[in-house]
Amino acid sequence: MTFFAFLRDGLHSMSSGPPLYWLWMGALALIVLFGGWRYLHQLDEGLIVTNMSNQVSWGFYISNFTFLVGVAAAAVMLVIPAYIFDRQDIKDVVLMGDTMAVTAVLMAMGFIVVDLGRPDRIWHLIPGIGRFHFPESMLAWDVVVLSGYLILNLGISFYILFSHYRGYIPKLRIYFPFVIIAIFWAISIHTVTAFLYSSNSGRAFWSNPMLAPRFIASAFASGPALMIIGFQIIRKISNYPVAQSVINLLALVMGVALQITIFFIGAELFTDFYNEGEHAASIRYLFLGLDGHYALQPWIWSALCMLGIAVVILMIHPLRLNTHFLNIACVLTVTGIWIEKGMGLVIPGYVPTPLGEVYEYLPNGNEIAISLGIWAAGLMLFTAMAKAAIPIECGALRRPGLALGEPLCAPPKLQENETVPESAPLGALPEADRTSTRDANTGGILTPTPTRIPPTR
Amino acid sequence: MDRERAKDSAQVNRYRRRFLQGAAAAAATNAAAPVPAWGGSTLGDVFADFFQDHYQRMTPEEIQETLRRIERKAKRRYGVEIQCKNTPPQENVVFGYAINISKCKGYRDCVDACVEENNLGRDMRYIHVLEMDQGGQNLRTADRYYDRKRVPAQGKYYLPIQCMHCDEPPCVKACPVEATWMEPDGIVVVDYDWCIGCRYCMTACPYEARHFNWGGPKLSGAEINPDTHYLGNRPRPKGVVEKCHFCVQRTRENRQPACQEACPSGARVFGNLLDPDSEIRYVLENKAVFRLKEDLGTEPKFWYYRDI
Repeated sequence: MTFFAFLRDGLHSMSSGPPLYWLWMGALALIVLFGGWRYLHQLDEGLIVTNMSNQVSWGFYISNFTFLVGVAAAAVMLVIPAYIFDRQDIKDVVLMGDTMAVTAVLMAMGFIVVDLGRPDRIWHLIPGIGRFHFPESMLAWDVVVLSGYLILNLGISFYILFSHYRGYIPKLRIYFPFVIIAIFWAISIHTVTAFLYSSNSGRAFWSNPMLAPRFIASAFASGPALMIIGFQIIRKISNYPVAQSVINLLALVMGVALQITIFFIGAELFTDFYNEGEHAASIRYLFLGLDGHYALQPWIWSALCMLGIAVVILMIHPLRLNTHFLNIACVLTVTGIWIEKGMGLVIPGYVPTPLGEVYEYLPNGNEIAISLGIWAAGLMLFTAMAKAAIPIECGALRRPGLALGEPLCAPPKLQENETVPESAPLGALPEADRTSTRDANTGGILTPTPTRIPPTR
Repeated sequence: MDRERAKDSAQVNRYRRRFLQGAAAAAATNAAAPVPAWGGSTLGDVFADFFQDHYQRMTPEEIQETLRRIERKAKRRYGVEIQCKNTPPQENVVFGYAINISKCKGYRDCVDACVEENNLGRDMRYIHVLEMDQGGQNLRTADRYYDRKRVPAQGKYYLPIQCMHCDEPPCVKACPVEATWMEPDGIVVVDYDWCIGCRYCMTACPYEARHFNWGGPKLSGAEINPDTHYLGNRPRPKGVVEKCHFCVQRTRENRQPACQEACPSGARVFGNLLDPDSEIRYVLENKAVFRLKEDLGTEPKFWYYRDI
């Protein structure tokens, strides 16, 4: 029964809000509808309405898919400090990180669906009634790891949120094993996606062992960048407790990951260009153009400049700790890696073709419209889920019959050797870093100033 | 405006007549067989299409039902009576192909014959003929779009490329739904009714042998070859991958593939690799044959050789 109250309250929270909320959701809904209309057109005519060709058979859709899998994997950058290093400030925000991961995985799956020539035959993937080519096909692996990651993140987030809704501290004993699994699983989703590309021995641009490490490094730069931007927005428009230490940690992670990413790019450039053979044709096309074709050249050089400026900002402490410079670095990182891991990775694998033809590709209006529609749908989903989760996390929404403002307590049915509280902070950070107050015993979140919370009852 | 409306009403009349004829026939014969309704597609066919199983899992009865359905669909879409068969592979046969590039002059008769025999959309080709520079095997300077009044051109030689029917096919490994596999007679085939159109096989293929139906195939009824095979040249739908299938509708009935028959230079040799007396075996044993991209380990069953 509490579960249905949880759903009802959550939906109620999603469907009520200030004018800004409706303006935001309305604008996104328009983009979704426009993208949906173009997708219907694509279903009708076929993928010929895109700019893809037999020469470049994967394009803008799969580029976005690749970038989003990296964003989803980067949630692990919150999970590890929260649960392995037991940082309470990170533990407060890990739910938002998981929500972002869920959104990113769903968007990635959306991009796969719109790229299929026969989406009506998607049931052919289901083991048993379809024919699932696991474990030989890397695409089959990708389906498994992405679905599993979605279920893991939904499960863990739901358990935490539902426990808070009922006024309990979530029992670590129950969900910690899944957290450990999720940490390894997060690495696996982006590794498998990298293997999707690096397994093609006929395509020299991808067929190298560096691809999986490169994917992970750039994911751990782009993911935290998006999280930093997202957390600042959440902190501004709600009472969700985002400590500055969280932002600082993410910025540090981002800086190191960017340094590694740029080093990997440099290593690849050296290996390909020092004794340049035919295997370097694709990377030459990307950076220098080939046979008079250089459509991607301005994109990749812009991306490199963006990443270079971002890494310099992040390496200089005063700049990294300065909000404005940090935000610039985040925007540059997200854009740079979206270019480098998206079009900058997928398209050069097809140029030149295995038989030596240089045939270019840039997305057309239909592809851009449908892709924007999926991004807008993802943002709508994240906003709605955050809208429902934040009041619960701030203590302003509890199950019917529970008083607001009570600290979280241990759930009933304690084991004999268990003591309350379970999730008390160890090595707590100084109070000045927190934006909300905590119960010193339980670590639970107390209701902050009531004036900023819209009453739910 | 008026011409269009007249055309529309003519079409409407045709459908109405067909419907009424069908209804009359049904009433007259009291048959249980479904009658094509407006638009030409019975509900049963639509459902059967959607729920059709994988070729390798269908029972013989289901396959026969599917073949008849394909024939009905071709009649509705192209207005042509076709025959769709399911000739099984022959025992002790594994097909192989060899091309004598000394004899190939770049006429591209093979390309055109393949398009006609296999009901390709008129903008698709299973065979690319690469015009290569003499003195090497540089694919980057090769030209597949050469358009000359006279071939062969000075200083060039010609390399026709089609599906290599590899013994270690990367495309078969890549497919997430097992829509493509190697048959016992060595032909790598596609179940066009199972393919989900993800195009991962096209990414995996190092020979650009696989082609995608980005739109519906550009094919008219007059151009259709009615002698078809389920795994071969039956009409294909939009959104699926297809490729050379060694003319399975011919080769499983002891005929040569269309490309081999069409070549005026006699450059193409096709046959049973398991038959020690076959011409293909003679070529492999006595000529200096090579394969493309040997280092990738795909083990193509498609060789090239020169006369000297």
